[in-house]
Amino acid sequence: MAFSLDTNCGLLNHNIIGPIYCTSTIFPPDILITQFWFNYRHVANTLSVYRSVKRLGIPDSHIVLMLADDMACNYRNPKPATVFSHKNMEFNVYGDDVEVDYRGYEVTVENFLTPRSKRLLSDDRSNILIYLTGQTGNSHGGNGFLKFQDSEEISNMELADAFEQMWQKRRYNELLFIIDTCQGASMYERFYSPNLMALASSQVGEDSLSHQPDLAIGVHLMDKYTFYLLEFLEEVHPASQANMNDLVSVCAHRVSVSPGHHTDLFQRNPGSVLITDFFGSVRKVEITKDTINLTSSVKSGSGDMQIESLTYVDQLPVAEIIHQKPKQKDWHPPDGFILGLWTLILLVFFQTYGIKHLKHIF
Amino acid sequence: MGLLSDPNRRKALTNLLTRLNAPICMVCYLAAIVWFMGLAFEPFTLRTYMSENAMGSTMVEERFSSGERALSLAKEFDAHKRKAGGMPVEWLVKAMQARGLEVFTQSFSRKLPFPDENKERYMVRGTNVYGILRAPRAPRTEALVITAPCSPGNSDNQAVGLLLALAQYFRNQIFWAKDIIFLVNEHDLIGMQAWLEGYHHTNITGMEYSPLQGRAGSIQAALSLELSSDVITSLDLILEGLNGQLPNLDLANLFYAFCQKLGVLCTIQGKLQRNDWDTAEGYTHAAQTMMLMVLKQACGRSWGDHGLFLRYHIEAASIRGINGFRHYKMDVATIGRLLEGMVRKLNNLLERLHQSYFFYLLPSLSRFVSIGYYMPAFGLLAVILLLRVSFPGLDHFTFFNPSGPGVLTVLTPVVISHLTGVALYLLPVHLQEMAVEHFPVSETEAVVLTAVAIYTAGLALPHNTQRLLSGEGTEQGWKVLKLTALLYLAVLLGCTALINFSLGFVLAVTLVPITASMTPHMPKALSALAMVLLSPAFTILYCVFIYQELIEAPVSVGEGWMLFLSVISQGILDHALYGSLVYPLLALFIYPCWLMFWNILFWS
Repeated sequence: MAFSLDTNCGLLNHNIIGPIYCTSTIFPPDILITQFWFNYRHVANTLSVYRSVKRLGIPDSHIVLMLADDMACNYRNPKPATVFSHKNMEFNVYGDDVEVDYRGYEVTVENFLTPRSKRLLSDDRSNILIYLTGQTGNSHGGNGFLKFQDSEEISNMELADAFEQMWQKRRYNELLFIIDTCQGASMYERFYSPNLMALASSQVGEDSLSHQPDLAIGVHLMDKYTFYLLEFLEEVHPASQANMNDLVSVCAHRVSVSPGHHTDLFQRNPGSVLITDFFGSVRKVEITKDTINLTSSVKSGSGDMQIESLTYVDQLPVAEIIHQKPKQKDWHPPDGFILGLWTLILLVFFQTYGIKHLKHIF
Repeated sequence: MGLLSDPNRRKALTNLLTRLNAPICMVCYLAAIVWFMGLAFEPFTLRTYMSENAMGSTMVEERFSSGERALSLAKEFDAHKRKAGGMPVEWLVKAMQARGLEVFTQSFSRKLPFPDENKERYMVRGTNVYGILRAPRAPRTEALVITAPCSPGNSDNQAVGLLLALAQYFRNQIFWAKDIIFLVNEHDLIGMQAWLEGYHHTNITGMEYSPLQGRAGSIQAALSLELSSDVITSLDLILEGLNGQLPNLDLANLFYAFCQKLGVLCTIQGKLQRNDWDTAEGYTHAAQTMMLMVLKQACGRSWGDHGLFLRYHIEAASIRGINGFRHYKMDVATIGRLLEGMVRKLNNLLERLHQSYFFYLLPSLSRFVSIGYYMPAFGLLAVILLLRVSFPGLDHFTFFNPSGPGVLTVLTPVVISHLTGVALYLLPVHLQEMAVEHFPVSETEAVVLTAVAIYTAGLALPHNTQRLLSGEGTEQGWKVLKLTALLYLAVLLGCTALINFSLGFVLAVTLVPITASMTPHMPKALSALAMVLLSPAFTILYCVFIYQELIEAPVSVGEGWMLFLSVISQGILDHALYGSLVYPLLALFIYPCWLMFWNILFWS
């Protein structure tokens, strides 16, 4: 199955971030086009994170939003055309300006990894945020894969390979992967590409918990991890200096399961990574009252900026990667061994029962 | 080499089985009884839990409050029912239309094979009225059914009143994803059978009905309501349906969850749950509840209007309001809220209920025994039959020995027994006119007494049929017959237990001891008495007495006998009207099998 993110190369500005949202919620294998109404909270999760990210400055053109369910227009929604993320229906996250790129049955593994239209136009200077919410395996088991539409799965190996392909094609600078499902930590176990940071709402063997039920709508509105994540994000504004360590610790003590994070592959120290690097679109603006002569060389007067531009992280530290992290492959016994084994078996058979049986076979 | 392929070891094993055959059989029998009784012991049961994700842990806030309106509607319904002398069709149609439902009626008629003395009906003619609440935004592909019966006299008025009030309340909500059908059926089960047959375009029982004008998609679940008083103290849940079929356990879990939430006392088999499982009374209470369920399931009747839905793979349950002698009473609005909550949860379903168990026993509403736990009890009884098959003296080769008795000798008793069974099945109903002419009895009594007469006449068979047989009075003859009969009984009971465990188990408990030990060499009088006392007819009699004991209404012998006769007539009627299979099974298969063993006893 081809899973290359073959996107067109587009020239993008410095530091523009293109997040991908994916909601992969289960779809019933029914003929009827009814959805899993009780997975309302997955859609509310995703839309809330979408709203926060838009608020922090990322335009719709840089967001790919995939919603597998249509909660707003579900027959069971007592308030049609709305999706609420907070009880007492304070805030409708569906609203008028939500741009859903993939909806319903279009949310498939293939569209996630190899989109035909509405692609992520990222280059090697983009920071990407991926937020996934849904179900891994059955509600009480199975790790290492994420369900798409109840008939497909994406395994953690496929994800890791997809990110590696992105890395090889220089499609991202840094990537933040957040997953809010049961046993979410199993999804990032196999990552091996550099500059990846992953956060999960629960460890392997633990379930991710829902947060608030709404008695009028009759479903849970949000998951606990996303709730605290959003609470944290509410305090972030475009000029905020909050860093990744704050994000990682946002949920550690308040919920009953332990969220996990994986920062080994990240080159920079998480404490020095700003939240707005991923969640917001921040332009670095330096206001000066001096005139700067752009025609001459930039050695004088712009030494700062040059030094800044030289502090890029090494894109392809190939030597380190090759020697430190060998590619994981399943071990097969060598072919000769198998051939020899069968020859041995046949020889023993004929020896025991006599060579005269050969004529029955040949 | 292996245990069975090594001739020496095989011989040793067979010797062991041969020598200890009788003790092993006794141990198996006792183990089966103990296992069955132990099922009600609480540590061996599992707590019930909601298996369906779509009906998960979140509850909605119920807002139904029109209790008073329901009661006034009930009074109106009562008045119109008296005036019309049956179902007040015009009033119901107008009332449902005023509430915004699409209303249709269906008329049906049925002539029973013989008059039903319990309900006093013979030529039944009636009308069903049903209104469909269309889902505001959904396609009309799925439906839920809420029904209330139109019963003569003072019963079930409040049920219809609540139905109409709920219809009015539901009409104002926009979150329905399925159509809801509000059905009022006349003549309880007969009307329900007519409606279901009309809805599904089948005709399996020979009912005449007018076709249904309005339809609503495939029915996912149904609730039947029986409410006869303005205030209630508890709600009883009835699950047993036709042929011992049970709805999905999730429906019972749903009912129990809502009872807990609203603080309503809920019972099953009319018994309240107790907390003291480690005392003797607690255990007997649970055992009694389970025995009641077993007996109700074994008789194959539908114990509520919901029972006929199960055949069409529609999960259904009946809820009956009971007004007992308790201090705390609940009003109709609470029941309305309970139903609202349940229907709203069923509304969230995306597929039919299938996640939870279909075969279970309930010692109480919050504990259950699944099929994996109760089937070994029956398995131990079946093992006894198979062990007896391997009894020595039944040498493998004599069956094919041409000098010994051939298959034909065995065939004669088998054929004659089955012919008697066919006679028991067909003759009572067909000969009722002739019986009424010659004897001063009513038709129902004629039917029942003919059945009993044929049953007893079968006891005289061995003496008569043996004159027809020639040269078979050898040892091998009865052994071959016993082999055939044991295998036949094992297969029969096994198949029965798979479909209706209770029926299979109850029959096995009485049939297995006598059939396993039956030989012609036993003392004739004593074993004849034992065989008669453990025959299927007496099994039914004992069940009647035990049932009366368990529902705390013990009867004397005379009353028990009359009840027994009415049970037989009800069984025949159920078979004719709704397709219950207990009577044909007993008449056509179990009774001939028992007759074959009776033949063996009198082999000479």
